[in-house]
Amino acid sequence: MDNLEHIVSEARAAFAATSDPDALEQVKARFLGKNGALTELLKGLGKLQPEEKKTAGAAINRAKTAVEGALNERREGIRKAALAARLAEEALDVTLPGRAEARGGLHPVTRTLERIESLFASIGFEVADGPEIEEDFFNFTALNTPEDHPARSMHDTFYLQNPDGSLADKVLLRTHTSPIQARYMQAHVARYGQLEKMPEIRIIAPGRVYRVDSDATHSPMFHQVEGLWVGENVSFADLKGVIADFLKRFFETDDLKVRFRPSFFPFTEPSAEIDVAFMSGALEGRWLEIAGCGMVHPNVLKIAGIDPEKYTGFAFGFGPDRLTMLRYGVNDLRLFFEGDLRFLRQFA
Amino acid sequence: MKFSESWLRTLVDPALKSDELSHCLTMAGLEVESLEPVAPAFGNVVVARVLEVVRHPDADRLNVCQVDAGEGVPRQIVCGAPNVAVGLRVPCALPGAELPGDFRIKVAKVRGVESSGMLCSAKELGIADDASGLLVLPPDAPVGQPIRDYLDLDDRVFELKLTPNRADCLSLKGIAREVGAITGTPARLPEVPAVPATIADVRAIVLDAPQACPLYLGRIVKGVDALAATPEWMKRRLERSGIRAISALVDITNYVMLELGQPLHAFDNTRLEGSIHARMARPDEKLLLLNEQTVPVAADVLMIADDAKALALAGIMGGEESGITLATTELFLEAAFFAPDAISGRARRFGFTSDASHRFERGVDFGATRSAMERATRLILDICGGEAGPVVEARAALPLRPAVHLRTARAEKVLGLKLGEETISRLFKGLALDFNKTDEGFMVTPPSWRFDMEIEEDLIEEIARLYGYDNIPAPAPRGSMDMMARPEAQRPAPRIRQFLVDRGYQEVVNFAFVEAQWEADFAGLVAEDDLIRLANPIASQMAVMRSTLLGGLISNLVTNLRRKQERVRLFELGRTFRRVATGGPVAGFAQPWRLAGLAWGGALPEGWGSGSRRVDFYDVKGDIEALLAPGALRFEKIAHPALHPGRAARILRDGVEIGCLGELHPEWCQKYELPQAPVVFELDFAALVEARVPAFAEVSKFPPVVRDLAVVVAHDLPIQVLLDALATDKPDLVQDVRLFDVYAGKGVSENKKSLAFRIVMQDTQRTLQDSEVDAAMQRLTAKLEREFGAQLRA
Repeated sequence: MDNLEHIVSEARAAFAATSDPDALEQVKARFLGKNGALTELLKGLGKLQPEEKKTAGAAINRAKTAVEGALNERREGIRKAALAARLAEEALDVTLPGRAEARGGLHPVTRTLERIESLFASIGFEVADGPEIEEDFFNFTALNTPEDHPARSMHDTFYLQNPDGSLADKVLLRTHTSPIQARYMQAHVARYGQLEKMPEIRIIAPGRVYRVDSDATHSPMFHQVEGLWVGENVSFADLKGVIADFLKRFFETDDLKVRFRPSFFPFTEPSAEIDVAFMSGALEGRWLEIAGCGMVHPNVLKIAGIDPEKYTGFAFGFGPDRLTMLRYGVNDLRLFFEGDLRFLRQFA
Repeated sequence: MKFSESWLRTLVDPALKSDELSHCLTMAGLEVESLEPVAPAFGNVVVARVLEVVRHPDADRLNVCQVDAGEGVPRQIVCGAPNVAVGLRVPCALPGAELPGDFRIKVAKVRGVESSGMLCSAKELGIADDASGLLVLPPDAPVGQPIRDYLDLDDRVFELKLTPNRADCLSLKGIAREVGAITGTPARLPEVPAVPATIADVRAIVLDAPQACPLYLGRIVKGVDALAATPEWMKRRLERSGIRAISALVDITNYVMLELGQPLHAFDNTRLEGSIHARMARPDEKLLLLNEQTVPVAADVLMIADDAKALALAGIMGGEESGITLATTELFLEAAFFAPDAISGRARRFGFTSDASHRFERGVDFGATRSAMERATRLILDICGGEAGPVVEARAALPLRPAVHLRTARAEKVLGLKLGEETISRLFKGLALDFNKTDEGFMVTPPSWRFDMEIEEDLIEEIARLYGYDNIPAPAPRGSMDMMARPEAQRPAPRIRQFLVDRGYQEVVNFAFVEAQWEADFAGLVAEDDLIRLANPIASQMAVMRSTLLGGLISNLVTNLRRKQERVRLFELGRTFRRVATGGPVAGFAQPWRLAGLAWGGALPEGWGSGSRRVDFYDVKGDIEALLAPGALRFEKIAHPALHPGRAARILRDGVEIGCLGELHPEWCQKYELPQAPVVFELDFAALVEARVPAFAEVSKFPPVVRDLAVVVAHDLPIQVLLDALATDKPDLVQDVRLFDVYAGKGVSENKKSLAFRIVMQDTQRTLQDSEVDAAMQRLTAKLEREFGAQLRA
């Protein structure tokens, strides 16, 4: 039986000396193949007596199991080594920059407008829109600002020319987003006016507006966002509540003072200007004018066909350009309209 | 409205510091725009009299002066001012004084002569820019009095930004009244006793337009000295109100206007003929104004005229010919009420505004016209001498001040707080309003000086203002809780913008008014009938409303290339404008929202793995297809003024044109100095908003069969034609046909191209048989062979 032990150890040594999977299978044949050493021994069993056969057979089978075990172990070893080699070979420099497509960005004022729209949507304000070449009627008259009203001189209006060079009366570039109020109310009345009780109007209307003015703090085109809430019991206190809440959410701070200051707009009464002051940061303690607002003037409601005895409402107009400047610390309004990628990319 | 605080405090003097008073005014709706001291801080400067002036022994330009600074013994001061002279009274800074600019006065030797102080110019005191010589004070200036007291230099100037409804605060009297109401400190408004006539001269007054001018007072004053000096106190108050002192008569009329709010006009009586008329302008009337402008006057302009000629634009500006001069000795003084409707907007037409028109168009107190006349007469007689005739008054129906009903419950509803009648009545009393109690509230008769109290809301505003906006609560809002509509078949704008951002585009916002040349280059609009020109552009390159967003994007590209940007992707979402026959919410103009984009530079951002391919038509086409997916788009070749004729397409969806895409025309690349052509697109935004609600189709459980079909066709055959052919009457089992390769060159004969399509076939109910797959492929192949002479490629 020395022979068997010798075969097993010889097989082990032979397997260990082999590192190639094909060569290993050939080495295996020397021991377990058709003419392999152990196969030959098994073949020789037939010549033995039954008693001997049993003992010798068991010994050979044990040796065979040992050789097979050694073989499988070596196979696994070779596979793992091969895998390790492949993995090592396939390794990347994970610190190389990604091959990604560049991302663009929203205009900073769009960012602000989207935030405003979403904050107001959360309390049920729909977004409304209106034309930028506007009728004099909606820009002024329907807003209680008849021809020759001194308040018209508060707005330096862009007017249009007819093709023959004469002045086009009755149309202009809207000087504010308030005409959207007037248009929306008219449409609302046309739709619901016959009902005993009209649904509430809750809208905000962002847009571009135009005034003849251009310097470091004025652009001939700029943005406004108009808000309007008309219902059966909408009060000045509600206006204050909505605005105070909005400003805290917009600037994401309670570290903010808001004040309402009496003012005058032909289309609201009582009217107010809204000032904010931050309690920290570069602008600490300074009152900054950011919006005009007030209770919708009864004449404006009447012109739209709404009974001011039954319904009241408030309107406000924010300057989103200003809000954007305050929110992100932008120091020059003109940057918004110059299309400079070095500026715009900061808001991606 | 600018005014001196110390002037105001002679009329009402609440126990508030300047900045507290300023806060009160602002919070009551009289916004204080600025509050500035009239002089910088300094001290130890007194009025001194020059006693002796002797040339400095060692300096030609210096004098050694002995001055009396009220100390009993004269001081010796070396002075270099050219105007120093014996007898002058001038400001003298004593040793220890600190002048503006950290300038400390000490006893010192100037070229060997001791000088104990300094005689000052206005500039050295920081009160004016004049540094040409000493500030010469009037001969009655009290020697030794601190100059701050003498010139009232601790005064401050308030500047109010008044809203157009508060004409009543365009005078010191009105502001004092308002401060009284806000602070509860009673105002001491000036009493104006009548000046009795000492001569009998009069001029008749005719109100030819009684609605426009319902009240006109006139008075002759004879024997005045127009050269008389305006008193210092009056000059100072005028100057601190921003009005330059001119001559005594002009200064007096301005002063009374500031004090009482009533604009006055003084005519040279010797230039007038017959009666005075307040009448509407006559056809083709013209007038040479005091500002040397000759204006043609329209029929709705109110004129002051005599029997022979027009004299003045009533309430706006006087005429040059009848105006007073320094030689005037006889005045005709006017104090009138002109209705706001008759004045408003008129001055603006002539391109100017005046202090008078500013007040009249907002409303002047018609209850105080006479006292202004008397006040002005008194001042004229006191300052310029002379004798006054009787006041002639012509009067028609003055504006009514109908009582306004304020319902307490309505005020509480609008403001959203409980006020109670007592509070309201207290606030009304503060405003000196005339009111009676009613069952529901108050019946208020507005005063003659308020032109903004016509309806209940006007009174509610007064209540809110005086109650204090700060004191009104700010509760969380309550409203109905109906859900908002959110149509699934509409894509909101933020999603569309975000898509482009994710694809690498940066949003820009450009002006809606552009250069007319851009409209010609990028939209082919040159005829005046097509352009929308501004009547009053701020610059010629911002004169026309854009009909396309492309010009702005190309200009942005130029700007950014100048700033060395190498890869540019831009988009703008904005309105464009075209003239149309009808249409739109505003007749004559279409104003569609459009979305335009521009791509320039590398197809990918520069990087180790990006290659160097430049962006091309198909990159941007892919962006548009993805943006509009899953809609089926068609692209057709077009001629477009902005685009390369061989590289431009219109974009159609469901047969409707929704935009265009292409490379910028090489001519414009050259003109706008672009080294390579950008690819641009412009889409109708409304088409982008339209989306679809998904509809379910059964998913097949059976495996698809994929076959490739490679054919060679004519080089110029558009792919779309082939795809259309494959799509029409295709076998039912064909699910998808995709072009996956296009090749021309070696191995393909000239004027031909090789195309490879991948055909996906599938049935939802069963596994396909080879035979039917073969038959389907055969049918497609045969069609291409038959219709396009396609040759099958091995």
